[in-house]
Amino acid sequence: MSGKTLSNQLKGGLDAPICLTWEITYACNLQCVHCLSSSGTRDPRELSTDQAKSVLDELRDLQVFYINIGGGEPMIRKDFFEILEHAETNNIGVKFSTNGTYITAENARRLAAMNYLDIQISLDGVDAITNDAVRGKGSYATAIAAMNHLRDANFGQFKISVVVTRHNVDQLDAFKALADSYGAQLRITRLRPSGRGADTWDELHPTQQQQRQIYDWLMKHGENVLTGDSFFHLNAFGESLPGLNLCGAGRVVCLIDPIGDVYACPFVIHDQFKAGSLLSDGGFTKVWKESDLFLSLREPESEGACSACGSYDACQGGCMAAKFFTGIPLDGPDPECVTGHGEELVKSATVSLIPKPSMDHSRSVKINTPRLASSKEAVQRMERV
Amino acid sequence: MSITLETACELNPQVALRPESFGALAYHYGNRKLVFLKHPDVVAVVSDVADYATLQDALGAHNIQPSRWPSFVEAIDSLAASDIIRVR
Repeated sequence: MSGKTLSNQLKGGLDAPICLTWEITYACNLQCVHCLSSSGTRDPRELSTDQAKSVLDELRDLQVFYINIGGGEPMIRKDFFEILEHAETNNIGVKFSTNGTYITAENARRLAAMNYLDIQISLDGVDAITNDAVRGKGSYATAIAAMNHLRDANFGQFKISVVVTRHNVDQLDAFKALADSYGAQLRITRLRPSGRGADTWDELHPTQQQQRQIYDWLMKHGENVLTGDSFFHLNAFGESLPGLNLCGAGRVVCLIDPIGDVYACPFVIHDQFKAGSLLSDGGFTKVWKESDLFLSLREPESEGACSACGSYDACQGGCMAAKFFTGIPLDGPDPECVTGHGEELVKSATVSLIPKPSMDHSRSVKINTPRLASSKEAVQRMERV
Repeated sequence: MSITLETACELNPQVALRPESFGALAYHYGNRKLVFLKHPDVVAVVSDVADYATLQDALGAHNIQPSRWPSFVEAIDSLAASDIIRVR
């Protein structure tokens, strides 16, 4: 066997990503408070159908076996099925994430007839109150309706994808039971302070005590639950969770955004982590293989402040995006570091220096006129104007 | 253990191999399993094992020393457990 461990091989980068996320639109009918990409409205520069197909052709040539399609709400694109079919024709497996709004009975049957397709329905609570507080009014009922349609169309095993927050962490068993009742697979992932998640992080991210709760739950159920390897920062608690246990950004993972910009991972839509553009920098292959950013991410990383702690091999210093958007240096501890080192740093971070996402496609907030009008004082004020 | 030196094997037709510096990635389109083949010799054997009457013939054809055969049987057996390799 070769001298380098698999982990080191992967850190040095692969010839093509093994986990590529492609967000095909910033448009979304929902406005989830933790949206990683601050989605809401379509960007006029989004890739055309032909450009999207060219991206798939290039990924086929690189032998990218499967891709994760997301958004925004990907099914909002009128050419959504055309893109799926082009991927299928080219032997690229697709897993797409959706809020379920467009999984009608008819669309569920159409999806069930396709090969190489996985569907992830996003759900952040096992009841409407918990879910809708994060994902918006009516979004729980919408997701359940979509799941019913997929079941009725005999789609097979779809996935229920949960972002673990302070408010739903006690529902992990119930999520598992819900998934089991549909013959579905549960996927739980880590909340990130990215996109609109930066604004809600303090209120939503699990407490130190809950970090332990997630770890213990995954140790018990991890073999049957998908995590996207997103909880490796918890490995400092003890035995490692299943998975690759490393930050794959720019090494085995990357993100293509709706306008064709390539970022190191789906959680860092920020200029500092933009490797280049599909359209202006010679195509995806060139960006993946030659961009300065990706080449630097494949260099051995510095343990920095974490070198003094005995757990670095286990937790790898945690998530680059979580550190970046909470104002912690990239060679510092994760904000959710289980030893508490990160928490102290977050408290001391200067708010004005915390990076903001480079793009925001959130819809502008509507002024709630009925409430204003209901207040006598407000009416009098309006009359004076 | 289901695979022995006498087994006639083949790469599952639903599996694609992608060469990498350490060996190859194998992806199974049916069960969505992604497996790392961590040695070029394993990749070579897996690629054309279907062309030989037995696993042993394939190992011989690729000049794999008999002292390494047990580890290859083990590797192929674990690939069979993921349905990457199957008995034909």
